[in-house]
Amino acid sequence: MAGPLGKDLLGLAPLSAEQINLVLDTAVPFREISERAIKKVPTLRGATIVNLFFEASTRTRISFEFAEKRLSADTVNVASQGSSVSKGETLVDTARNLEAMRIDMVVIRHMASGAARFLAERIESNVINAGDGTNEHPTQGLLDLLTMRDRFGSLAGKRVCIVGDVLHSRVARSNIWGLTKLGAEVAVCGPRSLLPNAIGDMGVTVFDRIEPAIEWADALNVLRLQLERMEAGYIPSLREYNRVFGVTAARLERAPKELLILHPGPMNRGVEIDSDVADGPHSVILDQVTNGVAVRMAVLYLLAGGRPELAEAAKKGTA
Amino acid sequence: MSTAVRDLVLRGGRIVDPSQGLDAVGDVLIRDGRIEACGGSLGTPEGADVVDVSGLVVAPGLIDVHIHLREPGREDVETVATGAHSAVAGGFTGVCAMPNTKPVTDNQAVVGFVKRQGEAAGFARVYPYGAISVGQKGETLAELAEMVQAGAVAFSDDGKPVESAQLMRTALEYARAFNVPIAEHCEDMSLARGGSMNEGLMSAKLGLKGIPAEAEEIYVIRDILLAKRTGGHIHLCHLSTKGSVELVRWGKERGINVTAEVCSHHISLTEAAVDGYNTNAKMNPPLRTAEDVEALQQGVADGTIDLLVTDHAPHHYDEKEREFADAPNGIVGLETALGVNCTYLLHRGLISLSQLVDAMSCKPAKVFRLPGGTLARGALGDVTVFDPQREWTVDPTRFRSKGRNTPYGGHALRGLATMTVVGGRIVHRVV
Amino acid sequence: MPTKPTTVLDARAVDRTLRRIADQIIELNAGTENLVIVGIQRRGVQLADRIVRIIKAQEGVEVTSGALDITLYRDDLQTVGPRPVVGATSLPWTLDDQHVVIVDDVLYTGRTIRAALDELADFGRPSRIALAVLVDRGGRELPIHADIVGRKVEIASDERVDVFVEELDGRDEVVIVPRLQEG
Repeated sequence: MAGPLGKDLLGLAPLSAEQINLVLDTAVPFREISERAIKKVPTLRGATIVNLFFEASTRTRISFEFAEKRLSADTVNVASQGSSVSKGETLVDTARNLEAMRIDMVVIRHMASGAARFLAERIESNVINAGDGTNEHPTQGLLDLLTMRDRFGSLAGKRVCIVGDVLHSRVARSNIWGLTKLGAEVAVCGPRSLLPNAIGDMGVTVFDRIEPAIEWADALNVLRLQLERMEAGYIPSLREYNRVFGVTAARLERAPKELLILHPGPMNRGVEIDSDVADGPHSVILDQVTNGVAVRMAVLYLLAGGRPELAEAAKKGTA
Repeated sequence: MSTAVRDLVLRGGRIVDPSQGLDAVGDVLIRDGRIEACGGSLGTPEGADVVDVSGLVVAPGLIDVHIHLREPGREDVETVATGAHSAVAGGFTGVCAMPNTKPVTDNQAVVGFVKRQGEAAGFARVYPYGAISVGQKGETLAELAEMVQAGAVAFSDDGKPVESAQLMRTALEYARAFNVPIAEHCEDMSLARGGSMNEGLMSAKLGLKGIPAEAEEIYVIRDILLAKRTGGHIHLCHLSTKGSVELVRWGKERGINVTAEVCSHHISLTEAAVDGYNTNAKMNPPLRTAEDVEALQQGVADGTIDLLVTDHAPHHYDEKEREFADAPNGIVGLETALGVNCTYLLHRGLISLSQLVDAMSCKPAKVFRLPGGTLARGALGDVTVFDPQREWTVDPTRFRSKGRNTPYGGHALRGLATMTVVGGRIVHRVV
Repeated sequence: MPTKPTTVLDARAVDRTLRRIADQIIELNAGTENLVIVGIQRRGVQLADRIVRIIKAQEGVEVTSGALDITLYRDDLQTVGPRPVVGATSLPWTLDDQHVVIVDDVLYTGRTIRAALDELADFGRPSRIALAVLVDRGGRELPIHADIVGRKVEIASDERVDVFVEELDGRDEVVIVPRLQEG
């Protein structure tokens, strides 16, 4: 039977504000578990979870692994390079094999947008999207929301600006969907060549320079600028990017209020964000990491539905 | 199912033949594979088969000048025979097959092979396209003259654009001698590379790289200008944007020898069909916005777009059952085209029945200088009988094509070919 | 059988009972040293807080206290249906060598206490764990017993006991409700 989030977590776009708040509320008590001496509860004991990562990722995978192990689940990591075509085994076959092994949940990261949904439509196990192409990275979006909510109390009316390569960023998109649903005002700031053409139709304000963005915002979510973008010709150089869009201490000093600084990591220090900002008093980057494990535990907890046959047996036996 | 040498009388249908300015109820007599008489009451010659087609439309055989048969090379996905069968099931008596086969149809041997396979199959007439460049690599001109000798009716590197303007110029000039069209798949690869759907709000929402309309329009205007320079005939394949229609209009106003086609899916569906990462709505050029659809429909109505095609492109189920960005482009269309064109153009009052037949039969024959496209005396005995009012639901499992990749599965359409006659033989019939 | 709710303890009776429970805890522990009072979410927490305040007023000592949410240790998570809400757990860093008294509102099947014992084991090794409940309604499914009981009630299996506390419900009351009726 499906829980309050349904069978899968594929993105924030399909969720309602209530569902998002449920995850955030549920994450709070899970944070405490990571503070205990014994960082484990028996909640998902016996559940089998596969981390199916088609793109290399250390931090997200580790975060999910901790979340799974702290819930006492059994985890298996599968690292696969390349797409269905280059690998030789299609995503469909991978899905069916997993199902045949009676896996309870799959956490998938893949380079194709829509891959998580593709998998979820074909297997009965719960599917959690750990990042699909340039589409969404919902658990990152959720932990960003939680981190901001912790500091602000509520996100309604708060102004959050996402800075950087929004065009290629699934983190940015999940943030945009999540923040909008919780009533925040969302803006993006970056070179126009790295913003989607249709961004204005997504209910988002656009800043062409970082200074007005800093003046406007309550929080900045600073995205990593990937070297490939420069190599692909979207921007002339990393140096110029830092000069125009870098989040530096000097710029923050001129801000009218105390801005919250977030970054999904890993950081390119000196490119999109300077070290003194990343390590400074307004940075909540490490809180994001802590919240990441809690949010992922909450998601696993909420998705892992009961098994109907057990419920039936329970009804027929002792009540 | 086919009658060999007997006369065939189609009795009492509504004969719609724009090539003769004809739209009246009457009979058609076919003898020895040719139209013997058309119109009026023709009686029953001795030994003739008579088919009562009252209440139905009788048109010159429909011709689709843009389809993909996967033979030689991918016979698992479609052969000349299965494609030709699919064509007659859709009401088509003639098709032009694009040359992006394996090996590429860039020489007389493969052209001849495709032609003979079509003749052997005995369904729709198959007219092969030849490639413009050797291997469709866009480097050197292929032997156009030899291919024309072997039966090629037009040239294209479809699937890909001819990236070099110089090569396109040369092709247009060279082909003038043989009076055949050069057909271009308009796509600027530097803009389009990596894209899998229209660039717009939908692609932003789905997190997919998009192909902007300008990728097509840049090549449209380029080729129109080259046609102007060379006096050659440029035929623009599968137009998909409002801007392209406007540019073709500009070209025609200046008397440039440019013709254009549009696919049934581009005058009926928008990028919304891709929602949910539906690979059966993925093709190149992609489905675009409602504004584009309207402009294309208008283009058909005012004649800026000369003819309707399908770009029938079968793919194997396994190939389409993939992550969206990895799935191949293309959908089948032969068996749904007439239904779609009737439903979205005819029944919406955008074009008349006469215009429909013109765009699906007369003009294709005229633009590509093919026989047929008319029921005048002596013409090929190719006739399409169809019921524009017949309602039916698309069931891909019943397609004659090997391909099942269509976005129209389960859709209700109004308009169906009930009988297809090729050379006086009934090769398809629906009761 | 009764068709409407019956009050077993009213506000004053609840207060008296809690005072007696506080006394019994101190007696059981022979004082307040190494004592940790742990309330079980949800209403056990409020009752535990009250007991701590009573002890402070009586003995002048602020006894260490904590709250325990046992949701994640339930043995029926697979079948209970929509995920239950998880409350807060906050305990002293270690329970080694402490005398823990678990406080809960109603003792019934004993499964909640079993879950609590499992969870406490993850926090350390208390030298002793005792259980104090406001109401014992019988019906044990596990060999669990309460060391201190506020009130024992005998009720039918189709009835239930509801405990209301001021902090959450606006009043202090213990009520027996026939199960078919919403109390």
